[in-house]
Amino acid sequence: MSAISATNTVHPDAPAQSTTVAGGRFHITSPRATMAKISAYGVLALVAVFFITPLLWLVLASLEPQAAVGSATPLALSFSNYAKILNWSETFLPLINSAIQSGATAAITVVVSLFAAYPLSRYQMRFRRPFLYAIVFSTGLPLTAVLVPVYAMFARFDLVDNVPAVILFMTATSLPFGIWLMKGFMDGVPLDLEQAAWVDGASWVDSLRRIVAPLMMPGIAVIAIFTFAAQWGNFYVPFILLSSTNKLPASVAIYQFFSFEGGIEYGQLAAFAIIYTLPTVGLWLVLSRFLRGKFNFAGAVKG
Amino acid sequence: MAKPSLTGGLGWHLGKGFDLALISAAAPRRRNLPVWRWLGPLSPALAIMGLFFAGPIIYSVYIAFTNKALTGAGALHPKWVGLANYKQLFSDPLFVHSLELTLIFVVGSAIIGQNTLGFLIALLERGKNSVVTATLNAVIISAWVMPELVAAFCWYAYLYQGGTLDSFLHHMGLSEDWLYTTPMLAIVIANVWRGTAFSMLVYSAGLSEVPTDLLECAKVDGAGQIALLRRVIIPLLRRSIVTNLMLITLQTLGDFTLIFIMTAGGPGEASQTTPLYIYQQALQLYDISYGTAISIVLLIIGALFSLIYIKLIKVEEQV
Repeated sequence: MSAISATNTVHPDAPAQSTTVAGGRFHITSPRATMAKISAYGVLALVAVFFITPLLWLVLASLEPQAAVGSATPLALSFSNYAKILNWSETFLPLINSAIQSGATAAITVVVSLFAAYPLSRYQMRFRRPFLYAIVFSTGLPLTAVLVPVYAMFARFDLVDNVPAVILFMTATSLPFGIWLMKGFMDGVPLDLEQAAWVDGASWVDSLRRIVAPLMMPGIAVIAIFTFAAQWGNFYVPFILLSSTNKLPASVAIYQFFSFEGGIEYGQLAAFAIIYTLPTVGLWLVLSRFLRGKFNFAGAVKG
Repeated sequence: MAKPSLTGGLGWHLGKGFDLALISAAAPRRRNLPVWRWLGPLSPALAIMGLFFAGPIIYSVYIAFTNKALTGAGALHPKWVGLANYKQLFSDPLFVHSLELTLIFVVGSAIIGQNTLGFLIALLERGKNSVVTATLNAVIISAWVMPELVAAFCWYAYLYQGGTLDSFLHHMGLSEDWLYTTPMLAIVIANVWRGTAFSMLVYSAGLSEVPTDLLECAKVDGAGQIALLRRVIIPLLRRSIVTNLMLITLQTLGDFTLIFIMTAGGPGEASQTTPLYIYQQALQLYDISYGTAISIVLLIIGALFSLIYIKLIKVEEQV
């Protein structure tokens, strides 16, 4: 492209990035910048195609009455796949199991890490540093490698297929990150607010419950949602540690649907997968709203 | 501090990763506290993590020295066998093969794939139409937040013989079961698809903190795009890059579900990374002690990366 034509083809409403001198006749960066912009949008379009195609399959297949995997003409759309799977044993029970197991894990994680974070945030103690390093360290360990000894231990103590034990194991794996985040949020609550309460003779439980915890509600919500969503998507742990059909969460139920039924009903599988995915997406939207808000407690302190 | 956008907000938190300043920054109150004052609130956490997390790891060190199995003689009365499991391990071609595949998976999908693509997207989205970037981000992030199992199904259905890609290529006279002919490439691409959002969020948060004046100055001084990237942007993002690389490596190292659903390690052992090999040995062939010995090797690799990660951020913090 010649220099002259390049100058002419500069897009009229190109944003202020290209420096314009004397009524648009000289553009310091324009020919290259325009090309760069076009190619950037080109690359982003390719990225969009790469990311959207598999998602599109999921949605289309779920709406297709007789879906082979990705059959070519998804013209007759219907909700018949959804209608077929919306029954107690295939969908509702596994979803309820997922909700109970993830919900219990999230609740215990929040309460236990709230307690644990208090001395870590408020007290001087020799034990604090090594403990915090151990916590960061343990979040890096590959969980798949822990699961075989856990299975051996569960088998030894007859805990396989025991839901409360599985919940406690999932809590143990979410605690390091939970404690870490909780301590970070708690550090943001100014100490001054508590000191007044101490003068009035409040114990640490009182000041945690009445002052610190209410002020860090957004942080607590973030940890709860994060833990819930992570366990909702957890497949490997319940797959290994649970076996009775009526205890299985949705993740394992979907897998069984996928692997055991002769001649997979892909349309129904996709519908089930979408129903299973929606809560995660919803929670994520809530989470991002919380994270966008500032964790700022300055307003609670008198200036 | 400014948190520019919806996704930037999350990225800002993630990008900070484990901000080790938190370890020293606190508001310590009293010295000489009675032990129960701090041990009391910590004890539920210590009990749960001790029993269900540290306990099994310690137990596993013991199991790996025995011949414990789920069936047969080793089931009821496991015997001490010393280093036999480890000796077997290092002469086991399938184990070495699984380590190689894990390396390919981590380097290909995380370090090269997610990291580079995430950085590229974050870079290209700078100063672009906000509706376009927000829509694109929503798509990329939904691939990341959906349960791993569902992501694996999407890619299974996409690549399977008779699947979406196949029926599309069919019109051009090609027919291929991509999961059979190129299983490693398939799982690498699927994992890039699934995980890129994380790197993208970390980098766009990092980029949003690069001062615009600095870039303008460099441009005025005649720096080209490449020089700008190499001399200004990448050095400024060093901490984000280190954090991101370590976190995605640790994430990818132990990945099981995606591979298990897509290829189950097959065909044969063609995509059997170490986590899948552990599963096969311990839970399909019931050789618990051998599976545990492999687990310990994987744990040690993860532990090393975890330590390097802590060291690196510590150094960064002192600079």
